[in-house]
Amino acid sequence: MQRSQTRKSSLPYLLILPTLFFVAIFTIWPTINSFYMSFFRQRLNLARFRDPTFVGIENFANLFSDPRFIQVLKNTIIYVLGTVPLAIFLAFLFAFLVNQRIRGVGLSRLSFFHPSILPMVSAATIWMFFLTPDYGIFNEALNFLGYRGPQNWTANPDLALISIMIVALWKNAGYYMIFYLAGMQNLPTEVFEAATLDGASTWQKLRYVTFPLLRGTTLFITTIAIIGAFQTVDQIFVLTQGGPSGASTTLLYYLWQVRFEFQDVGKASAITVVLIVLLLLFTVTNFVLSERGED
Amino acid sequence: MLLSKDGHQRRWNTKKIFSTLITWTIALLWAVPVFWALVASFRPASEPMGRGDVWFGTMLTLDNYIKAWSLAPFDLYFLNTVIIVSMILGVQLITITLAGFAFAHYDFRGRKILLFIILLQLMIPTTALLVPNFSTIRFLNLYDTRLAIAIPYFGSAFGAFLMRQAFLEVPHDLVDAGTIDGASWWQLLRHIYLPPTIPVLVAFGISSVAWHWNEFLWPLIITKSDAARPLTAGLVRFTQLGEIGAQWSLLSAATLLVAAPLFIAFLVFQRRFIESFVHSGLK
Repeated sequence: MQRSQTRKSSLPYLLILPTLFFVAIFTIWPTINSFYMSFFRQRLNLARFRDPTFVGIENFANLFSDPRFIQVLKNTIIYVLGTVPLAIFLAFLFAFLVNQRIRGVGLSRLSFFHPSILPMVSAATIWMFFLTPDYGIFNEALNFLGYRGPQNWTANPDLALISIMIVALWKNAGYYMIFYLAGMQNLPTEVFEAATLDGASTWQKLRYVTFPLLRGTTLFITTIAIIGAFQTVDQIFVLTQGGPSGASTTLLYYLWQVRFEFQDVGKASAITVVLIVLLLLFTVTNFVLSERGED
Repeated sequence: MLLSKDGHQRRWNTKKIFSTLITWTIALLWAVPVFWALVASFRPASEPMGRGDVWFGTMLTLDNYIKAWSLAPFDLYFLNTVIIVSMILGVQLITITLAGFAFAHYDFRGRKILLFIILLQLMIPTTALLVPNFSTIRFLNLYDTRLAIAIPYFGSAFGAFLMRQAFLEVPHDLVDAGTIDGASWWQLLRHIYLPPTIPVLVAFGISSVAWHWNEFLWPLIITKSDAARPLTAGLVRFTQLGEIGAQWSLLSAATLLVAAPLFIAFLVFQRRFIESFVHSGLK
């Protein structure tokens, strides 16, 4: 597998050094530093707390007894569970649609995929108008379909989180579609011919042939979608600023708020630790799942 | 299909028309937001857009773009984004090629552990580390500079891994021949490893540019002046300007200005973009 056997040369180390240097400074060190600082109290907006003081696990104890933080965790879970499965379903549907031999496939693929090229802040700004009460097109369309509920999507406590999820869904479904599409185009055609001969319907083929064969793709998309969901906050800045009263605040937005609005470094470090642990948990779970799938 | 009986053929056709219509309908719905913004951005401000009557107006105009440009320094934001994105890409291409080459070509002590350390970056995304990284940038005295926005991305675990995999695919015989001819490491890399792997570098480059063009949170917290601010952070600042209010034509124009360069590049090189996105699912 390996080519050269220069065991004593320092050259390979020198070649890796630049990458290692930046990874060390902007990934390894900050991770260690977050764990360390999470045991200290440091608040930059209060003179007496400006210098870090060791407080043990106080930051974590405070976090998990804070109803605000519990709400943030709940919002994050709703956001992830609400967007990821639906985005994957839409991605699969879109991939199936544009993988057919019909006219206008190129344009349709373009239509599904184009939101993923936009910056999230642009997408959110466009949706800001769509979600406007009274004359926003989204509300008009819903009205037409018989919806009579509240229309102030971004300002309503029950709808704010949903509105940021809608934007994420619109933007990401087409991005995940391309992985399914690539997968579908690599599937062996014989299986489908056999299924057709056995009289399987389109639905049966999708359900019992395509979807199971693309299990690996689904797992891959799930991983990047979950990791992505934890990192998506841009639309919150544009649409809701986390409000009303925290109803659409997710973990990363809260992290930003605690550090840059409340100037609480200790608490922000503790939240960073929670975020890192959650991300590692998902990555490792997915890794284990995919390893098991290959046996 | 030629062999199927008439009845079968017709049923198949109805089915095809049905699925074509469904595909077109959903595709059309999905395109409405951007299409709407595009139309709105060319509508004169004098014709208010109450009740979403944006589709019907008396005239089209470029005024919104001109006005948006005059209200905020979009040319400076544009320049900043281009510089930041090029800076990241330029450094990344060098670091990932060198690291990928080392991991693919050499056998050395600590190879596995070093690769693992670098791959940690895939598990702990830089976005999650914004609090400690902010302190580092402050410590390095880089706050509010373009370099501060770019520097955390100079080393790319994903890119290094991608290049390692690509280099491992290069035929053994070629490498051996080069080694026997007494080629230096640089000549091996330049003449044997790189030529067949250029498409991988291009794919990585496209997704790197697309990702960093659109990035928002890190540039937002690490800048405070227009001198360093990129398009995304500039747009959000623009939407929050007092005099903008609910002028949707103006907002649409600004929104599209920010997205346009990348969007146009995407339309021209659509296949390339999609391929590169498929190959670099992890950003």
